[in-house]
Amino acid sequence: MPAPDFIIHAPEDNVGVVVVETVEAGKPLIGWVMDTDATVAIEALDRIPLGHKVALADIAEGATVTKYGHDIGRTVAAIGKGRHVHVHNLKTKRW
Amino acid sequence: MPSFFGYHRENGRVGVRNHVIILPLDDLSNAASEAVANNIKGTLAIPHPYGRLQFGADLELHFRTLIGTGANPNVAAVVVIGIEPGWTKRVVDGIAATGKPVQGFAIEGNGDIATIAAASRAAKDFVHWASELVRREADLKDLWVSVKCGESDTTSGLASNPTVGNFVDKVDALGATTCFGETSELTGAERVCATRAASPAVGEKFLKTWTEYNDFILANKTNDLSESQPTKGNIEGGLTTIEEKAFGNFQKIGKKARYVDVLEPAQAPTKGAGLYFMDTSSAAAECVTLQAAAGFAVHLFPTGQGNVIGNPIVPVIKITANPRTVRTMGEHVDHDVSGILRRELTLDAAGDQLIALTLRTANGRHTAAEVLGHREFVLTKLYRSA
Repeated sequence: MPAPDFIIHAPEDNVGVVVVETVEAGKPLIGWVMDTDATVAIEALDRIPLGHKVALADIAEGATVTKYGHDIGRTVAAIGKGRHVHVHNLKTKRW
Repeated sequence: MPSFFGYHRENGRVGVRNHVIILPLDDLSNAASEAVANNIKGTLAIPHPYGRLQFGADLELHFRTLIGTGANPNVAAVVVIGIEPGWTKRVVDGIAATGKPVQGFAIEGNGDIATIAAASRAAKDFVHWASELVRREADLKDLWVSVKCGESDTTSGLASNPTVGNFVDKVDALGATTCFGETSELTGAERVCATRAASPAVGEKFLKTWTEYNDFILANKTNDLSESQPTKGNIEGGLTTIEEKAFGNFQKIGKKARYVDVLEPAQAPTKGAGLYFMDTSSAAAECVTLQAAAGFAVHLFPTGQGNVIGNPIVPVIKITANPRTVRTMGEHVDHDVSGILRRELTLDAAGDQLIALTLRTANGRHTAAEVLGHREFVLTKLYRSA
């Protein structure tokens, strides 16, 4: 497989991490699941910078975001599959 | 067993550098300490802003950090300068317990100029003596290694922190002594971290330490700590919440190693070989300073967005997986593991490369931080002075 556009830590995660420098809206992306070595394909719906997260499924407002197979916070807006996930739609459950 | 060539100190510890340091007890003694270091080539002054009117646990931590810095095996000999003789002697006596050469000088009743002259003569003798010490072979297990990440981003959790974790798992199996910290930055992963303790009692000790730190943050916070934890740099790099940052941070202790004890800040390990957790701030220089004061001789520092930290006495090895950081700040990077993200490099190979680089660094290769002159020495202060 070629170098992935994004990487997923664990198969149960609902976000992946973009690992290439330029992802524009409309770009088809290839993802690599580190734990299982599986490959996933999705289309980016936003511009997503290197290191930022992409939603792998539609996520409702108030839902939990999972990364590393663990809870990393709650959404404060609905997030569509392929959208950019960051501080504008995801918040800590702590502090 | 892999080996390296280091300085075998009087107390049995092995160092990888051979510093003669000029250590001020307090802020008032920085000027004299820096003057001595300017007079005597081959010495290093370690100025800092504290040491006056501290009390209780905060004062104890001040002494423990200064004594531990002098006692670190990367230090051959120490000149201590303080404003008055009482506390100066306390630091001298603490360092002298290791058996290494140390002399103290007090400024009151002498003035800076006479103190600088007397301390310079002592420092000169120390440099002549230290410069004749030779490196001898030591096992990898005699190398104490600390870890801490900084200016992390999501590439830290994907590759550079797991590379350090791979290192920790491999050297732990060889009987090495290692240390991680950053109490507040395990928030969100604290329950999982507790399960990595070597026993339920040690796990409980960790949770008690974490809870105390978290309660302190909850009592003092004025917002949700956005821009503090995660930092502005973390957020720029794609980290959104403290929980996400914590699970990335936590990759540094690998998948198998279990921590055998929970240390106070700057406390030296007492339970033999193994992985230790130390209660520290998550600010880079504070954490590395505390780990160095506990006796750790090499530091592994994964970064995402590009933290440039070093330490006066401990070589700090930088690891990054962020290809943009490699491109824009390459002079700060000792180990580029961005190939993991492109599937060109396996984690196992990256970990083996890091072991090899750590041994070369222990043998004397200067790190990027050493070559660029990064000597951040930051004392942790627990509360206001009296």
